[in-house]
Parts: sequence; C-alpha cells; structure tokens
Amino acid sequence: MNKYNTLEKILIYSGILIFMTFILLPFVEMFYASLRPLDHLFRSPYQFYSDDLSFWAYREMWKTVPMLGRYIFNSFFLASSVAIITLIFVIPAAYSYARFKFPAKNTSLYVLLAINMFSGAVLLIPLYKVLRTFGLLNSYQAMIVPGVAFLIPTSIWLLKSYFEKIPIDLEEAAFVDGASRVQILRHIIAPLSTPGLVVVGIYAFIGAYAQQFLFAITFNQKKEYMPIPSGLYEFIGYQSVKWNEMMAASLVGIAPVLLVFIFLQKYIVEGLTAGAVKN
Amino acid sequence: MKQKLKSYNSQTYLAYALIAPAALYIVLIVAWPLLETIRLSFTNSSLAGEDYVGFENYQKMLSSKKFNGIVTRTFVWMFFSVSLKLIIGLIGAVLLNANLKGRSIFRVLVMPPWVVPIAIGMLGWLWLYNGYFGIIAGVGMRTGILDGPFGFLAYKQSAFISTIIADVWVGTPMVTVFFLAAMQGVPRDLYEAAYCDGASRWDRFFKITLPQITPVIITMSLLSAIWTFNSFEIIWILTEGGPRGATTTLIIDTYKQALGNYKFGRGAARAVVVMILLTLFAGFYLALLARINKKISHE
Repeated sequence: MNKYNTLEKILIYSGILIFMTFILLPFVEMFYASLRPLDHLFRSPYQFYSDDLSFWAYREMWKTVPMLGRYIFNSFFLASSVAIITLIFVIPAAYSYARFKFPAKNTSLYVLLAINMFSGAVLLIPLYKVLRTFGLLNSYQAMIVPGVAFLIPTSIWLLKSYFEKIPIDLEEAAFVDGASRVQILRHIIAPLSTPGLVVVGIYAFIGAYAQQFLFAITFNQKKEYMPIPSGLYEFIGYQSVKWNEMMAASLVGIAPVLLVFIFLQKYIVEGLTAGAVKN
Repeated sequence: MKQKLKSYNSQTYLAYALIAPAALYIVLIVAWPLLETIRLSFTNSSLAGEDYVGFENYQKMLSSKKFNGIVTRTFVWMFFSVSLKLIIGLIGAVLLNANLKGRSIFRVLVMPPWVVPIAIGMLGWLWLYNGYFGIIAGVGMRTGILDGPFGFLAYKQSAFISTIIADVWVGTPMVTVFFLAAMQGVPRDLYEAAYCDGASRWDRFFKITLPQITPVIITMSLLSAIWTFNSFEIIWILTEGGPRGATTTLIIDTYKQALGNYKFGRGAARAVVVMILLTLFAGFYLALLARINKKISHE
C-alpha cells in the first residue's frame, strides 16, 4: 500500500500530538505540580517554569494525609477482595454458559448485559437500607458487596468467551475415557483457561479499583476503611489545599494500577474488544 | 458412547446449579433493590420511617419546574458529551491507525484516563480548572483571552462546559480503543482492491472503513450514552451539581435527594425515572445487538 508523504506524516503526527495533549495533560500537570514548591504553585497567573523542582511533596504528603498509607492499603485490599470474590461467583457461571444448553440461556445472558447498565447510583437507597439492616455500613463489606455485583455481568461475558475457545472435544474425549467432571476440571479446563482467568481477574481488579468512590462516600464514613479516592477527596474541601502534596498522593495512589495495566494492556484490550468487534 | 456424551452436555440441573450463586447474588444486590426502589417511590420514606403516599412524590416531582429543567439539562449535557466522545474517538482512532512509527506506544498512552479511578483523574482536573493558579486560566491570561483569573467551575455556563470536557476526557479512550480494534478487523484485501482501483485515501476511509465499522460505532454510541447518563463522580467532584444547579443532572439530583437530604421516597421517585430511561436505552441497545448478531450469523 502507498506510503505517507512528508506532508501527510507531519499532519498525522501533529494530530496525534494534539490528541495526546488532551489525554495526557492532566497527568503531566499533576506530576509537574507534585514536583513544585507550594509557593510557586500559588502564583497567578500560572508560572510555567519552576527552578527548584524536588520530590519534597512525596515525603511531606505522609504528614499532611496521615492515613495515606492506610488508604493505599485499603484500595488494594478492596480491589483484590472484589476481584477474587467476583471470580468465585463468575467461574462456574461462565463455564455453564459456555458449555451447556439450557432453557432461557440467551435471555438470561442479555439480562446480565442490561443489569450492567444500571449504575450503582440508582440502587443506592435500598442498598443503603440493606447494608444498614445487616450492620454492614462503615465497613469493608459496605464497599465490597455492591462492588462485586456490578462486576459480575461483564466478567461472565468475558470469561465465557475464553471457555468457549477450549475445544469441547478435549473434554468429551476425557469423559468417554472415564474421567470424572472434577478431573476434567482440574486437568483440562483449569490449565487451559488460566490466561482467561488472569485477564478477567485483572479486569475485575482494575474495575474495582476504579469504582472506589460512590460506594465509599455513601456507605462508609470511617477513615480507617477509606480507599484512596474518597480519602483524598476529603482534603479537597479544605480552605487551603496543598496541591503539590495532593497531586503527589494521587499519583502514588494510581501508580500500581497504571503499572499493572501497562504491562498487561495487550491482553486486556484484546479480551474486552473481542466480543464487541469480532461478532 | 453418543448417549454418554449427550449426558455430558445436557445436564440442565448442573448448568443451573453452576449459575445459581452468581444469579442469587445479582438478585439480592441488584434485582431486589430495583424493586424496592419502585416500592419506596410510593412512600415518604426517610430515616424516621415510612408511610404509603401513593403518587405524591411523582406528582410533586413532575409538576416542579426545577425537575423539568434537570431532565432537559441531563439530555443536553449527554448529547454534547456523547457526540464529542464519538467524534474525538473516531479522529483519534484514525490517527492511531496510521501505519507510522511509535503508534504502538501511543495506543498504550491513550488509555490512562480510562483505567485510573475517575475520582483521582478529577482531582487533577480540579487543579487544571483552578481560576487563579490553574494552567488553563494561566494560558488564557498570558495569551490575553482572559483578562484576569477565571474560575471555570464557578460560573453556570463555564461549569457546564467544563464538566462535559472532563467527561469526554474520561470516555474518549475507551471509544478510541474500540474503534481502533474495529478498524483493524476490516479485511485488508478490501483496501488493496480499492487501492488498485485508484481510490484515494479519503475514498477508502468513507467507502470502506466507515461502513465496515458502523456496527461498532452504533454499539459504542449507545453504550456511551448509557455511561454518560450514569455519570456521577465527574460532576460530583468538580461541582457537586453547582453552581446554583447548573450541572445537576438526573443522577446528581437523585443522589442529593436521597442521601443528601435522606428523603428516600423522593429520591426513589427520581431513581425510577432514571430506571425507565435506562431501560429504554438498554432495550434499544439489546435489540440492536440481537439484530447485528442475527445479520452476521446469516452471512
């Protein structure tokens, strides 16, 4: 196919530059702000240049946000718990959808998709009451229980497509040879579906990490259980926000997810887009 | 042997048993609360207790000018946000689909806004929008577009636009990635044939790429519409629905009524309106999906 000439190249690269500026500017500016002294940030109009850049804010933030370490731990703990619990519920269901024919199969799959469209915000009132009745408000469970529910539908769809890729002949052959269902599960399905499980697990982890705000500010008032987003959000209302430290804390809080994502993005994107695109 | 195999693949009870845990979970945490929301919308439920009040919540809500304003505002907000996501996403996908050096890096760099917790991204945007010290106001002042500090989130119109831009920022990466994946799924020989026939790059885009990815464009429009409609964190963190209600969408209003004032009944009535609208979107989406799937299986 024809190659791009120089003019076209320049046009495309400038387009990409503008597009990327829009996407990345907030992150770049967050990072830049985190390196600058506070009195440089608080100059109007905006100063583009600071000479004494340092990582000072990354040390000070632990004092300004005393529970920051706890928030980071909470975010991790919440996201991992949600991901693991989601997998426990999703694995058998996805396997069933991939392998068996049964009445109402397609209808229920579409119902799952439809559920995905109701955001937590619509259900907050009864959820609040349920959690209050069971005494779960202001606890980790207050964020885990609803978090899992909203990740189950997509995870079933994703994992189902992985299970479908495992040739059924393998299972049937083993079954005919007298293997039990448990043996088939252990020796055929488990090893072959590991990549799929990893992708779905990471998807659930990132999803759970990302949704740590609405449920957290609504169902939990206790600082010791707050994840990073709601923990930091509290500081924004203050009269004088220490923006450099706030940005430093935000970046430290998102660094782990970003790293996980960057290393595994190929698999995640392939998995997520496969259903929508190849259909 | 065949019979044995048949028994392997058609054990309905096992199929249901495997689905049961997930199904029960969803019934308990999603389906039942949905029904409970409908019931609550006919009561004056609050922390103090509840009484059946019939359609009172709905009557009050529908006759209030404020509520009608909120519905209109929600759709205007949604329209601009979704259109921008699709347009910018499509342009972005075309740019990143160009066979040039560095494109695989750009494809990764496009994704952070999608992956990072929205709330954290919004803390960044709060700083960008800062009227005195933020970079946007700064550029405005230096270039003379602004003649002084300007709080983007402090005025009705600018807050409305600013929240849309932040929402577009969150939603565009996913749209881009899906469009890009769709573009790469277009069979290469279509392009090669067109190239041999002397079709220009422009022609190839409008006559091959665009028609080929139309199903994905339609799917993404509907999905974006649903997600944008549900958007809560972006507006809540940037403006909490203000100034003077300028960015209060249906979701924000529902939240404020229910958990700001603990008027569960009134909040529930709003939530039901949200549910009805979402069901309409979802219906469209599923009908479309079923049609696309049918068409493909016929080919």
